[in-house]
Amino acid sequence: MPKDEGLISWKKLAPGMFILEPGNSTKFKTGDWKAFRPVLDKEKCIKCGLCYVFCPDLCYKRDEEGYYISNPYYCKGCGICAQICPRRAITMVLEEA
Amino acid sequence: MRKELVKKIPLSISESLKIKKKIGKEVSVAIAEAVAQCKVDVISAYPITPQTHIVEHLAELVNNGELEAEYIPVESEHAAMSACIGASATSARTFTSTSSQGLLLMYENLFIASALRLPIVMVIVNRSISAPINIWNDHSDVMTMRDSGWITTFAENGQEAVDLIYHAYRVAEKALLPVAVNIDGFTLSHVIEPIELLDQELVDKYVPPLRMKYKLDPKNPITMGAIGVPEIYTEAKKAQDEALNASYRIIVNAWKEFEKLTGRRYQPVETYQMEDAEVALLIMGSLAETAMNAVDFLRKKGKKAGLIRFRLWRPFPLKDFLRAIGKIRALGVIDRAVSHGATGGPVGIEVRSALYQSNKRPKVINFIAGLGQRDVTVEDFIELFERTYEAISKKPKFSYEIYGVKE
Amino acid sequence: MRPELKDFKGFNLKNLPEYEGFASGHRACQGCGTVLPVKLALKVLGPNTIAVSATGCIEIISSPFPYTSWRVPWIHVAFENSASVASGIEAALKVLKRKGKISKREKINVVVFAGDGATFDIGLQFLSGALERGHDFIYICLDNEAYMNTGVQRSSATPFGAHTTTSPAGKVIKGQVTWKKDLMGIVVAHNIPYAATASPAFPIDLMNKVKKASLITGPTFLHIFSPCPTGWGCKSEDSILVAKLAVETRIFPLYEVIDGRYVINKFIGHTPITEKSLLGKYGKYVLEKRVTPQKPVEEYLKLQRRFRHLTPEQIKFIQKRVDEEYEKLVKLSEYFGIEE
Repeated sequence: MPKDEGLISWKKLAPGMFILEPGNSTKFKTGDWKAFRPVLDKEKCIKCGLCYVFCPDLCYKRDEEGYYISNPYYCKGCGICAQICPRRAITMVLEEA
Repeated sequence: MRKELVKKIPLSISESLKIKKKIGKEVSVAIAEAVAQCKVDVISAYPITPQTHIVEHLAELVNNGELEAEYIPVESEHAAMSACIGASATSARTFTSTSSQGLLLMYENLFIASALRLPIVMVIVNRSISAPINIWNDHSDVMTMRDSGWITTFAENGQEAVDLIYHAYRVAEKALLPVAVNIDGFTLSHVIEPIELLDQELVDKYVPPLRMKYKLDPKNPITMGAIGVPEIYTEAKKAQDEALNASYRIIVNAWKEFEKLTGRRYQPVETYQMEDAEVALLIMGSLAETAMNAVDFLRKKGKKAGLIRFRLWRPFPLKDFLRAIGKIRALGVIDRAVSHGATGGPVGIEVRSALYQSNKRPKVINFIAGLGQRDVTVEDFIELFERTYEAISKKPKFSYEIYGVKE
Repeated sequence: MRPELKDFKGFNLKNLPEYEGFASGHRACQGCGTVLPVKLALKVLGPNTIAVSATGCIEIISSPFPYTSWRVPWIHVAFENSASVASGIEAALKVLKRKGKISKREKINVVVFAGDGATFDIGLQFLSGALERGHDFIYICLDNEAYMNTGVQRSSATPFGAHTTTSPAGKVIKGQVTWKKDLMGIVVAHNIPYAATASPAFPIDLMNKVKKASLITGPTFLHIFSPCPTGWGCKSEDSILVAKLAVETRIFPLYEVIDGRYVINKFIGHTPITEKSLLGKYGKYVLEKRVTPQKPVEEYLKLQRRFRHLTPEQIKFIQKRVDEEYEKLVKLSEYFGIEE
């Protein structure tokens, strides 16, 4: 018996090994890469949306009140949002182990 | 050249009516017209001798409004195959053609096209490869793509070339694999032969409109060409390999359909006078017709000679080959390309490997002839037959021999 | 004046398109400045887009089987030929529309995302061919100034003096010895309708340029500066800051070339000869109707470890050359400026 085997059966592959489900990388958690996580001070936030525009991992989503909240499932803790926030409303805090 | 014509004089009325449909055409031009009849969508090609007449005629047809297609005058053969891949992925019917150095330049894309399962049709006008640079005919170029996963067929005369084009589109689109049709440069591409093109209604019936399930379409977005991580690469290659092997059925059935439409019969391995042959030569391409004359000559002398030709080269028609060799005692494999440092020419190696899969053990002698369009005459073939006869009792000194070399 | 751009209205933070063509969960490094332009471009282009990628960072991080970050149809073929693949796709769409197999009313954008290695070096022939043939597509070059995906080797887009693994700052030869290739010059020489530089530090401007490129029929080219914290040796949170400094030090000026006519989008430390009249003429192209003070190149260079070995002479040389090229650009915008 071979020790190393494939992910899925060759019979189940789409011809050409195409991936048929668009955007399914959302199933992959990149959030455990981070060492720091962003924390929002809602008092300072002016809801400009720049954090949402600049996030390379598309983490930010607007909530009902209009604040942009980061999604820790994907956030890699790069710190761009904290740096570009015009009101310094976001601080990068060390992620607990 | 036209053996049927020579044999059947005087002709019956129906036969002469059939021949009236055959028109003298340059084979390259006829191929271009067959491609146009198949309602190709995108043609992307780069000129290289001796393929030029095919693409020139296609450009003319497009610019005269006779063919509704996009002609992309690309800037290299690599770009030609890349554009074909892009167009085919968007579910357009594509065509390209090349030779020799051009085929080698698009080499990485050949593997990609077959792995992405795209139904591209390419005509390879066989020409030798550099160095030294030689624009004339041999099979060096196509023999480099044996591992690439393309369905590969060989034509020996103009009619076959045209018929294999129709067949190529039908097979490519059913099997979802690219097809390469091979014709000899100059000796076939630039000669005028009597050729009958199918009526357009028959073409439309035999080659229905292209329908691809998986394609680049914003309504159904898919990702093509993802990374084959080690956890899936083996499975992807297995799937591709199985698809190529399974295409054999599709290829043979398509030929059967073709016979119903036209009466012309094609088989994966063509035989000539092999029913009771003792000794046979194996060769591909237009030189086969010269070799047939040698077979006739030997038969008149009472020798039981025969000829085998691969019509289908990939997927390798193992069962057909083993059946075709019958009970011969010796097989002379005539390669038209060198595989330096190997134990034979490319076809010689594959034939010996195929024979090892069975219990049949004819003596095999491997010659490499006709390199760079060195002429191989009927007398040469007769001598090659005699050498093959000798091989029955005496083992050849070398595992392959380049024939006709000036020492 | 391009008729397609006559009534062009740009984006602002309040009217950004909602569509996300790129999904989270991709494997890009923290702070990747190459992913931002892809995300923003797909936002603008919308779902009616076919994307082609060359082999490189973007392709690798977005398509590890079985995951894909692409929500639009996407194809990757090989390293150098993305422009040719896009040519084939564009030609197929054209002819299929003519034959009625696809609806004629649908405009499907064809966009190429290729790195600097795939564009400046190995793919230059293919880019040139596709631009010359006039296919209707957008070629976006994501320039992170080296072959980042294979481990930071130099490309012809690597700036002078930069340390890469194949142009290391050694004892005898210190970093890249040649100046960055002027790819915009090469592209503009093909007489295409639209070419522009853009930076993720100015996202609205970047999105406007992608939108303009998509409105124009014909080949369009965007040269986008893509900071790479991993390869450049800067902190991941600094990638946008570094991109901003590149513009403000004149190292990566923002400009557009529309039908061979130059217009600078952001004036850095200079006043065009008759500023008022020029501003009135092409005011809609400039990001700010004022001159941004010029920053010295050291501010940009000191943030990145790939430049830390530079001698004062090398920095002086860089400053001089950067100023010369910017002056040349100003002259081009004055003599071959936009005409209404």
